Amino acid sequence: MKTARDIAKNVNNGSSATLELEETLVRIKEQNDELNVFLYVDEQGARAAAQRVDEIVARGENAGPLAGVPIALKDNLCTVDVPTTCASKILDGWRPPYSATVVEKILAAGAVPVGKTNLDEFAMGSSTENSAFGPTRNPLDPSRVPGGSSGGSAAAVASQMTTLSLGSDTGGSIRQPAALCGIVGVKPTYGLVSRYGLVAFASSLDQIGPFASNVTDAATLLEAVAGHDSRDSTSLVEPSPSLVAHVEDGVKGRRVALVRELVDGADEDVVESVMKAVETLRAAGATIFELSIPELRLGLSAYYLIAPAEASSNLARFDGVRYGLRVDADDVAAMNEATRTAGFGKEVKRRIMLGTYALSAGYYDAYYGQALKVRTMTIEAFKRAYQQADLLIGATTPSVAFAFGSKTNDPMAMYLSDVFTIPTNLSGDAAISVPFGTGEADLPVGVQLLGPGRSEASLFSAARVLERADGRE
Amino acid sequence: MSELPRGWEMVVGLEVHTELRTATKMFCGCANSFGDEPNTNICPVCLGLPGSLPVLNEHAVDLAMAIGMALHSTIAPSTFHRKNYFYPDMPKDFQISQYDLPINSGGHLDLPDGTTVSIERAHMEEDTGKTTHLGGTGRIHGADRSLVDYNRSGVPLVEIVSGPDIRSSEQARLYASELRGILIATGASDGRMEEGSMRIDANVSVRKAGAPFGTRCEIKNLNSLRSLQRAIDYEALRQVELIEGGGVVRQETRHWDEDLGATSTMRSKEEAEDYRYFREPDLVDLIPDDAWQERVRVNLPAMPAERRTALLERIVDPAPAQRDAVIVVIDLGLESFVHAAVDAGADPNIALSRVANEIAASTTGHQNLSLEAFSRTVLMEQRGQLSSTQAKTVLGELLEHGGDPVAIAAAKGFEQMSADSVVTMVEGLLEQHPDEWQRYREGDDKLAQFFIGLAMKATKGQANGKDVIAELQARR
Repeated sequence: MKTARDIAKNVNNGSSATLELEETLVRIKEQNDELNVFLYVDEQGARAAAQRVDEIVARGENAGPLAGVPIALKDNLCTVDVPTTCASKILDGWRPPYSATVVEKILAAGAVPVGKTNLDEFAMGSSTENSAFGPTRNPLDPSRVPGGSSGGSAAAVASQMTTLSLGSDTGGSIRQPAALCGIVGVKPTYGLVSRYGLVAFASSLDQIGPFASNVTDAATLLEAVAGHDSRDSTSLVEPSPSLVAHVEDGVKGRRVALVRELVDGADEDVVESVMKAVETLRAAGATIFELSIPELRLGLSAYYLIAPAEASSNLARFDGVRYGLRVDADDVAAMNEATRTAGFGKEVKRRIMLGTYALSAGYYDAYYGQALKVRTMTIEAFKRAYQQADLLIGATTPSVAFAFGSKTNDPMAMYLSDVFTIPTNLSGDAAISVPFGTGEADLPVGVQLLGPGRSEASLFSAARVLERADGRE
Repeated sequence: MSELPRGWEMVVGLEVHTELRTATKMFCGCANSFGDEPNTNICPVCLGLPGSLPVLNEHAVDLAMAIGMALHSTIAPSTFHRKNYFYPDMPKDFQISQYDLPINSGGHLDLPDGTTVSIERAHMEEDTGKTTHLGGTGRIHGADRSLVDYNRSGVPLVEIVSGPDIRSSEQARLYASELRGILIATGASDGRMEEGSMRIDANVSVRKAGAPFGTRCEIKNLNSLRSLQRAIDYEALRQVELIEGGGVVRQETRHWDEDLGATSTMRSKEEAEDYRYFREPDLVDLIPDDAWQERVRVNLPAMPAERRTALLERIVDPAPAQRDAVIVVIDLGLESFVHAAVDAGADPNIALSRVANEIAASTTGHQNLSLEAFSRTVLMEQRGQLSSTQAKTVLGELLEHGGDPVAIAAAKGFEQMSADSVVTMVEGLLEQHPDEWQRYREGDDKLAQFFIGLAMKATKGQANGKDVIAELQARR
């Protein structure tokens, strides 16, 4: 399979971006009916973007680091005049009048956005089964889930329909599906990538990040979308980091801690892969030690108060007044209620109710307030850990890809899929999931590397060591 | 102003919302402008479209701090919260406001009557859009349909909350008026209550003198000083009569009906919303450092109280009417005319009177009248080159078209009458009115006014009253 770097190099040397796109559209046509990856394929927009790239190259100019690279966008990223649904009926018919900052940035880098991918409704879920438009199938085994919530974006790359994709990670929604689909996924430092134009689930946790089939491509895409954005107040002001240049830096002399809480409870095959990864890093020159961070055990509970609380407020605007679905009724309040009842799915309603309750007078201190304290504890605990270690290592998910329906009737079992990824969202730090080895049914295992804020370069170089050891040059 | 029955006292606190006069809205680049075509000053941010994010307007912070400084508040690091409730003219279905950490806490406002009202806080928040209900009853319940204009959505507001220190509706009016003066002086607001750029909620309770505070009712959206005063008087009396009749005041929000001159229940405490405040995760903490505060402080102009003192200092032994005139002049921001005229050697009493009467009453504004032209007009009047009537006419002309007072006086034929012509005219008047002349000679001084009136009439106002009196006295 061609990498993004190859395509960009070839296109900048005069090979046709339009041709690359047409091949991509054929692959999508062949596979999308079975896998349900794309909710919308923007053929017209993609052809226009590819043509612009070809024109730039024809003028003798460089069309950017992602020249002609087909890319898929999670359907919670706003795209001007192109439907943006969040996989929810409530956004029925809505075409945003503007594009997300990341969409503008990938276009400027020469990429060709081909369409919008499936997700759990409003990014709430871990299997893409909560989509109002049907689940996405795992390209490696269509009887299993691709993970979620960015299941469509992960499956787009895993099925090779597109070379790259963008997702969003609120509690593991990039890393977990990357692990389950056997590709690379990154949750960048909070604020590294602008959230402007990302339909918010939980604003203090959401972060946009890349999917790619290899570490270098993931670094290339992240480098293209990172950087300060004056339209996002939480965007970091520091200049965006140089990532691709450090991918081959290795791990010599790095202190890497295996965190007990990030493997405890994982399936045996998963733990085995993590242990092999640890040995690989040791062999590559890293100093390895074990660490326990007990605070991480509280993360899941805190997350399921903070994220729904923010979501209950973020999703209030879907009231039928201005855009999307409207179900008419006698007065405004009844119209709001009828619209939201019809427009939101079960899991979204569950989380809105949970969050509303957690913020209510008389319960705030016991629930939301308490969760904020746990969040502060998590931040402090990671800070202490990063005084001893440069990077942490553990599993991305407790198991390999699971079968459809196996967790849909038990929300707690589903929530536990994100137990290893959530703490990094709470702390705002960075983490990457890289495929390493296989487990049950020969399915891929994702190993998670975690680092402090703005440590992406060193995460990529460590992930690259594992990738090479796993036989992918 | 109505009085409460003996032994009763009202306790009032005011919440004043003021729109800030920024060029753009609080969290986006849309124009902050009143009266434009509906839904023309809107963008993804102030429409709360999915994926949009707020970015704080620093000029709004400047103005909020200026208000705080004028009210002697403590300016401190602050945060923004979300106040969650559903309303169609609020596009995100939450309002970004400040909650437990407002930018301005504490402070006080000194009123011209010598009293002081404490300030609890002055915090920032965003305004909502505006709903118009069409057909049916024209109110939210029973209208055929509703239209929403989001031009106002996201306009920056500061809410100034007073302590429960106000004890009469007159004091409430004075507080609101003084606060309005401060808002205009800081440049934070245009103070136009009729356009809704300043809106007042009043918390009213009553008690027997010395007793603990009673249960309060909040009267919403009073949009003129007259409504404020009437509503408070009505509400306090309603509560006293309720209690004296054996009833109990229930905590509730009430609506003021200007036509009926009465308040009525909007919603009871039990129906009050749970706003589920929490920190706005899309904004960072607002920490105005010393340099930022200093930048605002050095640009802070003098406040009305200070300006009143400065103006009063120029008037020797001011009479009560002159004190009132000073309040009017400061309220309207016209004191520079008085100061300029006095600096040019004019009599402060004449200058103050002309500003408080003629300039203040001008319906066309005073942009045509230069400080220098005003000063010269007052001096001409003072030196007898113009009678007071003529001076008023010249001022009227200057206010309307501007120009040079000497040229205007000449064009109007306001030449000073020569001493000879005054003598001739007075001789004629005395011959025509021998009886009155006789009585004046016998000591009836009031008749001097009678002759001045005749002289003015005969000369169409060109005679100088002082010259006429001088001639009468010389002949007495």
